[in-house]
Amino acid sequence: MQKNRKYRYIIAFIFLAFGVVIFLSLNICIGSVSITLPDILGTMIGHESNETMERILWDIRLPRTLAVIILGGALSLAGYLLQTFFHNPIAGPFVLGISSGAKMVVALVMVFFMGRAIRISSANMILAAFVGAILSMGFVLLLSRRVKAMSMLVVSGVMIGYICSAITELVITFADDADIVNLHNWSQGSFSGMTWEHVKVMAIVVIVTFIAVFLLSKPLSAYQLGEVYAQNMGINIRYLQVCLVLLSSILSASIVAFAGPISFVGIATPHLVKKLLGTTKPILMIPACYLGGSVFCLFCDLLARTILAPTELSISTVTAIFGAPVVLWVMATHRKERTI
Amino acid sequence: MEYYFKTEKMSVGYQGKALIHDIEIGLHKGEILTLIGPNGAGKSTILKSIAKQLELIHGVVYLDKIELNHMSGLELSQRMAVVFTEKIKTELLTCEDVVATGRYPYTGHFGILSKGDYVIVEEAMELVHVTEIRNQDFTKISDGQRQRVMLARAICQEPEIIILDEPTSFLDVKYKLEFLSILQELRIRKGLTVIMSMHELELAERISDKILCINGEYVDRFGKPEEIFQAGYIKSLFEIETGSFDEENGSMELEPASGIADIFVIAGGGSGRSIYRKLQRERKAFRTGIIYENDLDFPVARALAAELIAAKAFEPVDKRTFEHAQKAIDSCSKVICCRRKFGSLETANKNLLEYASRSKKIVELTEQEAENGRYLLYKSRY
Repeated sequence: MQKNRKYRYIIAFIFLAFGVVIFLSLNICIGSVSITLPDILGTMIGHESNETMERILWDIRLPRTLAVIILGGALSLAGYLLQTFFHNPIAGPFVLGISSGAKMVVALVMVFFMGRAIRISSANMILAAFVGAILSMGFVLLLSRRVKAMSMLVVSGVMIGYICSAITELVITFADDADIVNLHNWSQGSFSGMTWEHVKVMAIVVIVTFIAVFLLSKPLSAYQLGEVYAQNMGINIRYLQVCLVLLSSILSASIVAFAGPISFVGIATPHLVKKLLGTTKPILMIPACYLGGSVFCLFCDLLARTILAPTELSISTVTAIFGAPVVLWVMATHRKERTI
Repeated sequence: MEYYFKTEKMSVGYQGKALIHDIEIGLHKGEILTLIGPNGAGKSTILKSIAKQLELIHGVVYLDKIELNHMSGLELSQRMAVVFTEKIKTELLTCEDVVATGRYPYTGHFGILSKGDYVIVEEAMELVHVTEIRNQDFTKISDGQRQRVMLARAICQEPEIIILDEPTSFLDVKYKLEFLSILQELRIRKGLTVIMSMHELELAERISDKILCINGEYVDRFGKPEEIFQAGYIKSLFEIETGSFDEENGSMELEPASGIADIFVIAGGGSGRSIYRKLQRERKAFRTGIIYENDLDFPVARALAAELIAAKAFEPVDKRTFEHAQKAIDSCSKVICCRRKFGSLETANKNLLEYASRSKKIVELTEQEAENGRYLLYKSRY
């Protein structure tokens, strides 16, 4: 049995890694201009330099695809951390209003600086998003002390999300700068317009955060059993909770800063990955969740770009179509398990 | 000898408000302490405070001469294990996974178990007989099984002291007894000290070296079981108003029937207990005699009979007692005799039965014979 489980884990990881590789290639190849694999290899080596193709590949598709991999994984990991933190299977950065809070602060900061013709660096965008994320998170935490039922907590999160989105829309509507047009796209969630500079910054932030999360996998496994037992196992619960809040906020913030709020990835992927692995051990879940989020987002971004090409769908539209049913399924099965 | 576990002027409660004050406990290594007391008296509060789940309102707890507040979380986790009543919600974790979490304080930074850890997990599972359910999902087992898995988890934490909140509540009688013998085995083999709460008073009395009785703001009594279980104490500790608890035997009886006692039961040697209880169920008050004070029937008769005519043990029944019994029979219209044969030292009851028949009382057969008669009746019908 022990051995069987080990094989299952290995197969699951191979499956996820393959998913990343396959969708990575598909995302690069498919688009308004289709590029074949030999073309890619050709440009990489430097032969047959086709200027347009090289530009599309290097300036648009590759950074975008890498951003999807980095941010998709981050989003799913943020969802997993929040679910663990709240002991709540339907928690996620989007439903708890954390993404929207980050979005609001980023929009405010952008409008403020753009109005003064100051360009904001990616790092500062993340910082602004982080402030917003922490603000919403703080609010949710305050509520969670009063509201014990998990469904009510999620409803409160959705409310916070609506308030923040309303403020964002208001700000965007009133600030009629040419640059703001992009802002509207961004506020709906989109992976378009990624540059190498973006990719560099997000890679650093997300990789460092990922390592920090991975180092917490042992205390997290104790925390899963509940606070009583975690404490008995010598864990400083306050410290762990602060870490969880900060790390999930950083992850949510990086996504919002670059791609805007994206719904359902954070809630849905951890559950799909859990079912794939057949366990909830954090040491396996953390990397698997990350890969799962990347695959899920690569798949959704591919559809968002291609279904109605040349028009691009907002990424949240696609993630909702595939993610929301998963959430419904989770809620239905959880109810069942509790009655047993 | 120094105490291994000691509390000094410990006050426990919630949010800075003390519920129970000045608790003084002293335990030697390998002793078993049981907390008893009514629901809501604060047993769990005390256990949680000892396990550092709740902050002490006042006082100090020492474990092996070290103040508990000065002990690091890791050190405490290697010395103290807990099983509380909170249900843990797991997802996709097998029972073995849950047991293995007990090894947490001994694993490295990533919490990966070594071969040696797995051996200990295996042993713990065998000890509480959960090896067969090791691969089952922890959420899909019964309450009793869950309790045992949690005990295995605590055992594989290799603690010196274990804190258990109502560990026997969900267990059936087999596992209750087994559970307690595991505790005894652990204390002998590993010198495990146990602090637990329990509702089964009769078991608490049998297993504990010390008992702490809680009711109200202060500890009511703390001491050896024989000091605690004195006649009438349990009734007052739990404020029992209906029924009774017999401290000598650890047995309970329901509230005796009220009304005019019109039935006299001749019993002895344990033959009367089932009749007494049957009459109680039928809500019929009764008198009984002549019962020796060391007879098996005596405690039940004392709890249930409206009038009990008793005689001193190891002495012949004196004349006054016999006359007393005759009078009791006179005031009843029905006599039930539970004895089929009287022994040579049982002449008093034999004479009593003769007296009852002479005075034309309706003498009923014992329960068993009546049952047999009915059985025959049924038989003849088919």
